[in-house]
Amino acid sequence: MSEEIGLEKPKVIGELIGENRQVLLSTVPFAVAVGMDVVAVGPGRATLSLAWREDLVGNPETGVLHGGIITALIDQACGVAVICSLPKMTSIATLDLRIDYLRPATPGQTVLVEAECYRKTRSIAFIRALAHHGNRDDAIAHSVATFMLGANKAPPSRQIAEQVQQ
Amino acid sequence: MTDTRHLPRLTRPVGNDGIARLLQAIPFARLLGVNATIDDEGKVIARMPYGDHLIGNPRLPALHGGTIGAFLEMTAIAQLVVDMAEPGIPKTIDITVDYLRSGRPRDTFAKAIVAKHGRRIANVRIEAWQDDPTRPIATAHGHFMLPEGGEAAAPASADIKATETKA
Repeated sequence: MSEEIGLEKPKVIGELIGENRQVLLSTVPFAVAVGMDVVAVGPGRATLSLAWREDLVGNPETGVLHGGIITALIDQACGVAVICSLPKMTSIATLDLRIDYLRPATPGQTVLVEAECYRKTRSIAFIRALAHHGNRDDAIAHSVATFMLGANKAPPSRQIAEQVQQ
Repeated sequence: MTDTRHLPRLTRPVGNDGIARLLQAIPFARLLGVNATIDDEGKVIARMPYGDHLIGNPRLPALHGGTIGAFLEMTAIAQLVVDMAEPGIPKTIDITVDYLRSGRPRDTFAKAIVAKHGRRIANVRIEAWQDDPTRPIATAHGHFMLPEGGEAAAPASADIKATETKA
């Protein structure tokens, strides 16, 4: 905290990572396995996308994506938004995640999730997220989540840390 | 051959074979590898076998929180299908997942308790664990919209109670 007094706010990963933002997901096997992509990042913000794929469907008769893959995309987007709010790589963990499913995802269409870390304390981050197909007024799901900061002793991702070294 | 374009038409009682056919017909359940058995009391025990693609944090390593959330949701739906008068597929209205411990790289199990099974809506609590059922790694609760005929079928134990009440 003291380093912030009287000084410029330290830059956060959301600003530092720039064009190397794909590294935020390339270190996450499940995100790679289902084809998640980082579309944009900013301070405490992240937009992820997921292209429709047959093996992510919940109902083969309609082709609608499974609610669970929307959950996973939102969880991942919230995590990336938290990382993007931090000045340096820290291990984080989801504490809880609530998702309201507003309407089924349209078969064949890419899902976008915009997540925003709107409040952070020393140990907790609060995030809200919206899943949609490009129109926020016709959202697929709305979500709120809390994450713990400094969650475990595992060293944070070296790949990401290297990308944001000042 | 398993028909992968259609959901199986299930009839009561939905047994191990029925629940297996249902999970096999759901592409995302196949991707996660989820399977389930039903015990003598009609309780679904779901299992998500470990797979490298389920990892979220390779440094711990830990399962991706999203895979656990999706698994809990599938478990709730499987239990509701088993309990319904006319088995159909419920739709998730909302789900809240509490993450208690990191999911280690091993098989995960889950069971659901239907707190209220109404005519149109069900409220379900779900718990996931790995080695020790008394040390859950995640819990969840959610609301599900039931299809036509999705109200609770009278389970065997309830039949006895109903008979007792009438008598």
